[in-house]
Amino acid sequence: MGFFVETLIGGLMAGMLYSLVALGFVLIFKASGVFNFAQGAMVLFAALAMARFSEWANIALGGDNLFLANVIAFFAAGVVMFIAAWAIERLVLRNLVNQEGATLLMATLGIAYVLEGIGQTIFGSEVYPINVGMPKDPVIMFESLFEGGIMINKEDFIAALIAAILVAVLTIFFQKTPVGRALRAVADDHQAAQSIGIPLNRTWVIVWFVAGLVALVAGIIWGSKLGVQFSLATVAMRALPVVILGGLTSVPGAIVGGLIIGVGEKLSEVYLGPYVGGGIEIWFAYMLALVFLLFRPQGLFGEKIIDRV
Amino acid sequence: MIYRENGQFKTTYAADQQIFTIAQDKVFVLGVIAFAFIGIPLLADEYMFRAILIPFLILSLAALGVNLLVGYCGQITLGAGAFMAIGAYAAYNFMIRIDGMPLIFGLLLGGLASAGMGILFWIPSLRVRGLYLAVATLAAQFFCDWAFLRLGWFTNYSSSGSVSISNLSVFGWGIDSPLEKYLFCLCFIVVFAFVAKNLTRASIGRQWMAIRDMDVAAEVIGIRPMWAKLSAFAVSSFFVGVAGALWGFVHLGSWEPAAFSVDRSFQLLFMVIIGGMGSILGSFFGAAFIVVLPIFLNQVLPALGHLFGIEISTAGISHAELIIFGSLIVFFLIVEPHGLARLWSIAKEKLRLWPFPH
Repeated sequence: MGFFVETLIGGLMAGMLYSLVALGFVLIFKASGVFNFAQGAMVLFAALAMARFSEWANIALGGDNLFLANVIAFFAAGVVMFIAAWAIERLVLRNLVNQEGATLLMATLGIAYVLEGIGQTIFGSEVYPINVGMPKDPVIMFESLFEGGIMINKEDFIAALIAAILVAVLTIFFQKTPVGRALRAVADDHQAAQSIGIPLNRTWVIVWFVAGLVALVAGIIWGSKLGVQFSLATVAMRALPVVILGGLTSVPGAIVGGLIIGVGEKLSEVYLGPYVGGGIEIWFAYMLALVFLLFRPQGLFGEKIIDRV
Repeated sequence: MIYRENGQFKTTYAADQQIFTIAQDKVFVLGVIAFAFIGIPLLADEYMFRAILIPFLILSLAALGVNLLVGYCGQITLGAGAFMAIGAYAAYNFMIRIDGMPLIFGLLLGGLASAGMGILFWIPSLRVRGLYLAVATLAAQFFCDWAFLRLGWFTNYSSSGSVSISNLSVFGWGIDSPLEKYLFCLCFIVVFAFVAKNLTRASIGRQWMAIRDMDVAAEVIGIRPMWAKLSAFAVSSFFVGVAGALWGFVHLGSWEPAAFSVDRSFQLLFMVIIGGMGSILGSFFGAAFIVVLPIFLNQVLPALGHLFGIEISTAGISHAELIIFGSLIVFFLIVEPHGLARLWSIAKEKLRLWPFPH
C-alpha cells in the first residue's frame, strides 16, 4: 500500500511538471490559434539562458552570492524570452495571419529548429547545471499510516508548489487584469477584438512572452532536476498528450490532464511495464489520451465544436 | 505561346479523360521519365545515387502517401514515420520467415501490413479531427518506436537491435550497384505516382477531397465519411509502408528503429507542406527540397566560413544548419503557403502568355 501511494504521489509530482509545459501550449493556442510545437525548444532555450546567465553572473559577482546571481539570471532570461517573443511575432506570425492550422504548425516547427540552433550557438551545447538552491534530499512522511513511511522528494514537492502558484497567478492575470481581458477577447474572436481597439500584434507578443516565462519556469525546474541539455526539448513530446487530454483551450484542463497523465505513466510503468519489457511510459500516455478522446473528442475541458453546413 | 491548349479538340470521352489532357504536359512528363531512366544513369556518379537520388526517390514515394492523406483527405498526420517502420519491419519479417519470398512481393506485403495497421490505428481517430488528430497520430509513432525496439520478435531477436537484409534480387537480377538500386526505386515510384494520380481523379479521390473541404457537407450529399477516411488512411499507409520497406532494404541495408523516428514524420510533413498540399508533383518538389537542402548546407557552410577566414567547428555547423533550415522553412511558408507546386502552376500560367505581356 505504501509503495502504491508513493508511486501515486511520484506520478502527481511528475504530472505537475508536465502541466507546466502543457500550460505554454494552451496559452498560445487560446490566444492565437497556433499549435505551438516550439514550446519544447522554448523550454530548452530559456533553461540554457538561465543556466549560463547564472553562471556568468556568479563569476561577475565573485561567486559568493548565488541568490543574487540567480535573480539577475532570471530577469536576463526573461528579457531574452521577451526578445524571442517579439521576434517570433514580428518575423513569423504577422506574416502568416489567416493561414491554415497545418501551415502554422509547420511554422512553429521551423521556429523550434531556429531556437534550438540559436540557443546552442549562443549558450553552448553541453550539459549545464541550474542551481537555484532546491533541496535534493528526500523526506519520509506518514510513518504512522504506512509501514516504512512514504519517501517524497522535497524538490518535487517544491516544484509542484511553484506550478500551483504559477497557475494561480495566471488565472488571476487572465481573469482580473485589463491585459488578461484583452487576451481572452482575442482568443474569443480576432476580428471582434480588433474592431473594439485591441491591438492584435501587441497581444500576440504578450502571450508569447507569457508562454516564454512559463517555459522559463518549467526549464528551471526540469533543468535543476536533470541538468540543462538538448533532451529538454523533447519534454514537449511528453506534454502533448496532456494537452489533448485536457483540451487545447483549457488552463484547468492542462493541470488535470497533467496529473492524470503523470499518474497513469508512473502506475503503468511500475505495474504493467515489467510484463512487456519496460519503457512504456511515453506511448502509454498517448494511448491514455487517445482513449479519453474516444469519449470526448474535444478533450476533458475543451470547447465543444459545433458543425454547421 | 508554346504552352497552350488551343486547337487540341477532344472528340471522344476517352480522349477527354486522359491523365494529361494537354499534349505538352504529356510530352513533358514522358520526357522527364525518359530522362530519369536513360539520362540520369549516364550522367550521375555513385555519390549522387547514394546520397541524393535514391533517398529522394524513396522519400518522394513516402511524401506522396502522406500527401494523399494530408493534402487530399485533409487529415493531418505526425505518425508517418511509424508506418514507414511498420512497412520496413513487416517486409523484413516476410522476407526472412518465408523461404524464397520474391522481393517485390515482400515489399508489397510490407505495404499491406502497414495499411492494415494504419486502419487499426486510425479507427480511434475517426471521432477526432484537426490538431487533436495530429497529436493522436503521435500515439502510433511512439508505440512503434517502442515495439520495434523492445519486442524481440520483430527484429528476429537480433542482439544489436538492428536488422539487415542482403542479396536483393528480382527475377535473378541482383540489385547491388547504386545504379541498379536507383532503377529499381525508379520503377516503383513511377508506377505508384501513376496510381496516385489516377486515384485522385477517380471517385475515391473526389470523396477524399469532399471530406477535406467540408466533412459535414460531404456527408449530407451521401459520402460516407468513415469509408472515405479509412480508405485514405489505408492507401496512404500502404504507400508510406512500401516507401519504408524500400528505405530499409534498398537505401539503408541495415537499420534500427531510430531510422523511422518522429523526426522522419516531421520531415515527411514538411515535404508535403513545402511541396504543396494536394499536388502529386508537389510531393516530388518537397522531397527534393528536404533531401538536397541539408547536403547543400553541409557542403557550403564550411566553404563559406573558410572564405571569410572563420573556422567553424562541427557543432557550430550543425547548429547553423538547424538555424538556416528552420528559417528557410518559415520563409517558404510565408512567401508561398501553397507550396512549390503553386510556383510551378504560376510558371505554367506565365508560359501560356509568353512571349506576349497579355
